[in-house]
Amino acid sequence: MNQTFNPASIHQAIVEQQKAQDRKKMIVNGVLLLLLMAAPFVMYPVFLMKILCFALFAVAFNLLFGFTGLLSFGHAAFLASGGYTTGYLLSNFSGLTTELGILAGTATATAMGLVFALLSIRRQGIYFAMVTLALAQLVFFFFVQSEFTGGEDGMHGIPRGELFGLINLEDNLNMYYFVLAVFIACYLLVQRIVSSPYGQILKAIKQNEPRAVSLGYNVDRYKILAFVISAALAGLAGSMKSVVFQLASLNDAHWHMSGEVILMTLVGGMGTLLGPVVGATFVVNVEYQLSQGPLRDWVDPILGGIFVLTVLAFRSGIVGELQKFMRKNLG
Amino acid sequence: MTMMKKLLTSAVASALMATGAQAAISDNTVKIGYLADMSGTYRDLAGPNGLAALEMAIKDFGGKVNGAKIEVVSADDRNSPDTSSSTVRRWVENDKVDLVAGLVASSVSIAVSKILEENDRLGIVSGSAASSITNEHCTPNHIHYVYDTYPLANGTASAVVKEGGKSWYLLTADYAFGHALEGDVTRVVEANGGEIVGSVRHPFPTQDFSSFILQAQASGADVVGLANAGADTTNAITTASEFGVTQSGQTLAALLLFLTDVHALGAETAQGIQLTTGWYWDMNEETREWSDRFMKETGVRPTMVHAGIYSSTLQYLNAVAATGSDDAQTVRKQMMETPINDMFAKNGRIREDGRMVHDMFLAEVKTPAESRDEWDLYKILRTIPADEAYRPLSESKCKLVNN
Amino acid sequence: MTMIFGVPLAVLSGQLLIGIINGAFYALLSLGLAVIFGLLKIINFAHGAMYMLGALVTVVLFDLLGVNYWVALFVAPVLVGAFGILIEYFLLRRIAGQDHIYSLLLTFGVALIIQGVLTNIYGVSGLRYSMPDLFKGGINLGFMFLPYYRAWVIVVALLVCFGTWFIIEKTKLGSYLRAGTEDSQLMQGFGINVPLLVSLTYGFGVMLAAFAGVLAAPIYSVTPVMGSNILIVVFAVVVIGGMGSIGGAIITGILMGIIEGLTKTFYPPASSAVIFLVMVVVLMIRPAGLFGKEA
Repeated sequence: MNQTFNPASIHQAIVEQQKAQDRKKMIVNGVLLLLLMAAPFVMYPVFLMKILCFALFAVAFNLLFGFTGLLSFGHAAFLASGGYTTGYLLSNFSGLTTELGILAGTATATAMGLVFALLSIRRQGIYFAMVTLALAQLVFFFFVQSEFTGGEDGMHGIPRGELFGLINLEDNLNMYYFVLAVFIACYLLVQRIVSSPYGQILKAIKQNEPRAVSLGYNVDRYKILAFVISAALAGLAGSMKSVVFQLASLNDAHWHMSGEVILMTLVGGMGTLLGPVVGATFVVNVEYQLSQGPLRDWVDPILGGIFVLTVLAFRSGIVGELQKFMRKNLG
Repeated sequence: MTMMKKLLTSAVASALMATGAQAAISDNTVKIGYLADMSGTYRDLAGPNGLAALEMAIKDFGGKVNGAKIEVVSADDRNSPDTSSSTVRRWVENDKVDLVAGLVASSVSIAVSKILEENDRLGIVSGSAASSITNEHCTPNHIHYVYDTYPLANGTASAVVKEGGKSWYLLTADYAFGHALEGDVTRVVEANGGEIVGSVRHPFPTQDFSSFILQAQASGADVVGLANAGADTTNAITTASEFGVTQSGQTLAALLLFLTDVHALGAETAQGIQLTTGWYWDMNEETREWSDRFMKETGVRPTMVHAGIYSSTLQYLNAVAATGSDDAQTVRKQMMETPINDMFAKNGRIREDGRMVHDMFLAEVKTPAESRDEWDLYKILRTIPADEAYRPLSESKCKLVNN
Repeated sequence: MTMIFGVPLAVLSGQLLIGIINGAFYALLSLGLAVIFGLLKIINFAHGAMYMLGALVTVVLFDLLGVNYWVALFVAPVLVGAFGILIEYFLLRRIAGQDHIYSLLLTFGVALIIQGVLTNIYGVSGLRYSMPDLFKGGINLGFMFLPYYRAWVIVVALLVCFGTWFIIEKTKLGSYLRAGTEDSQLMQGFGINVPLLVSLTYGFGVMLAAFAGVLAAPIYSVTPVMGSNILIVVFAVVVIGGMGSIGGAIITGILMGIIEGLTKTFYPPASSAVIFLVMVVVLMIRPAGLFGKEA
């Protein structure tokens, strides 16, 4: 910091840096996109779709937790309500095209998100987490009780149908590119939100809510909007998942699922854009690979160990730590 | 149409068999995938020990079938239908698995059976209780082997009513399994001239049953029926014993109890409870001999599910050997044509809906005085003939049955 | 027979009594959680696992060494408490001062490890444990049969609850504790070993959970997962009472036992959900719980 103070040159430097970063980002994103396009030819498409659905779920969760600082312990409710609604509609109304079923599922989750938000938004910290947990438990109770969900047997044989009545989604590749397109659109949307003025206000709320209030922002409205968007995207993830797997089950509504999405976000790096995607990929893979291998009886303790290790040693998550590392050594 | 086609192909396949048998076992390997809950709620009734039973069967068969090797892969189902779907899809599409065995949680079994139907592979469900698996969810690609809710209700309820337990109070786990069981019990009790005087639906899972037991006591019913499973049932029985349900003259009837549950309760707490089981380790020389070997492997006595996994795997391998094929329809047809006579079942047969029907047994938990050791827990009171025990095909909603 | 909403009075009285007994049990479990949060600001998601350890250690001590119930009542909580101190010392201490959400995540992970490892060792069917001979049987109260053991549970649970409340709120030791955890630098200056105080407090909270576990061993199925479902119920109790309010946790525990008991009588399927409904409603009206102070 022993440079002479020269606002113009500093500004210049910042702009340069920004440009260089943007270029880097463009390249990284381009490569990622190519990889994702090619992935189903080397990996199993249904499994990739599962990763994408959970990645979207984690991205949605992270918008609320990582960027707004609100820890919801009830996001499973949105995942499940999206899935059940879509599943129910597609199974019972054969005229419905797939995208309409998914939209309806998303809409249900959005409405539920609004209710959750209105009831919980004024609560702080752990109380917020607990109200969302309580509401999600009530939703779980409703799903257990309802005939249409099939209870613990689950809802099975949901038809994938045809996208816009044209593209046959029974084909795994078609289905994959559809899921990928939705995922990318949502990812870009979140990226846009985060970098927009609105996103800046969310970050300000996260850092110091009283200050945001004193600056004259209607903090509650911003938080509610963030919550509703997050719920909508989580519901969309659930809707797509039910179409991909052609089933919806109580597992998605259980509070363990709300815990799992926290793990994904934390492991990947909360408050970063790519973090939840990396985290979801990591957790889904770890769980899946472990359940197949010689350690298959030890999945839960290993997941617990990852939790502990992340909190103790890599609090910024995979992406966060990488960013730190790059800044230190390459920046 | 497709059914017809499948039958035709299998007929053609069996015809071909006579000439060049070995060629029909794909890759010269029979691959079995074992999928079960290895770490959660249902771990003990199948789980890692079920895998041990499966491997025992393969070893007893000789490790090879018609010269082809037998391979086993296994996975934890995480009690999650979507994790299980991913696993089984990979198994059948990439790893060329011919048979999926184990299968415990009903949501998992149903999800897996759909994938097997899509890919025309075979599955044998040994752990699930839901009778819907061979009813509305039946497929030509799976077999339900050990038991289901229908005979559980049938066996226990009809026997208890016939012994004079006319009025019933039901404690029902409030989810699909409990509801199904409750429906079946109600039907059986009423058909035998008894009545249901009350019932309570408790959340799943429930730790403290004292409130429900109190309501059951207040009802004055002759019999308190437990239409639940696992920890719910053991907790309910413990509480019933604590509150002196049997001392006050009521009978406890558990509809689904596994040997592992009764072992956890012990003879002192569980004595006198009547239950229906598909198999018990201490029935005859054959069952004891196998159970001793099983215990050497695992350290515990087998449940009916463990025995069923062993038996069904042998049946499957025999069918593969007989037909020289690992094609799902060929093997299933052969299995349907072959009566099952082994240490697990006598005159068992697989119906067209995929239900393996065999004699069931009404058992009573021994008193501490009668019980020689920690695993000497049941006395068999009565054999329930297969035709009486299982849902008749005339009531079936299965698409494979012409009704 | 007198009827209340279609339920005979005798049945209702029985249900109320059962509700109070379960409530005392909830109070005991919530108490440890409230102590840990109130004094240390740690959200202990391993509380259910500690409860389970209390029960499991009781059974294992009996099976291996023949340790009886009365000895276990002291030994098991001490052993589990010591284990808790290790967790505090090696793990929780490293994230002191961070957002307390991290303590929730860390202890959640710890609980997964403990439960998973023990499931692989002991299975999930449950371990056998007999009722101590002294408590076999019960008395007929006219409106219900009360097992002696339940009577014992309510008495001992309430005594421990009251004792804990008294120590923390009314004694000198308690005031050190509260001061030490609120302003650790100041107390360190007075020559009080604050880190030790923190370890001991966490250990004490865990001991309370383990003590509840010992009480549970003769009446509930003892399995490695027995704590995972009760955990969120107990959390709900603490939140309704107001996080950190020790008296609040006790009173709310009993209250929730009664409400749950009544739900079990009038609409049983909702009995596990009712507590969450209460929580939502209470937090709508009182954002920091019934007895909590708003930050």
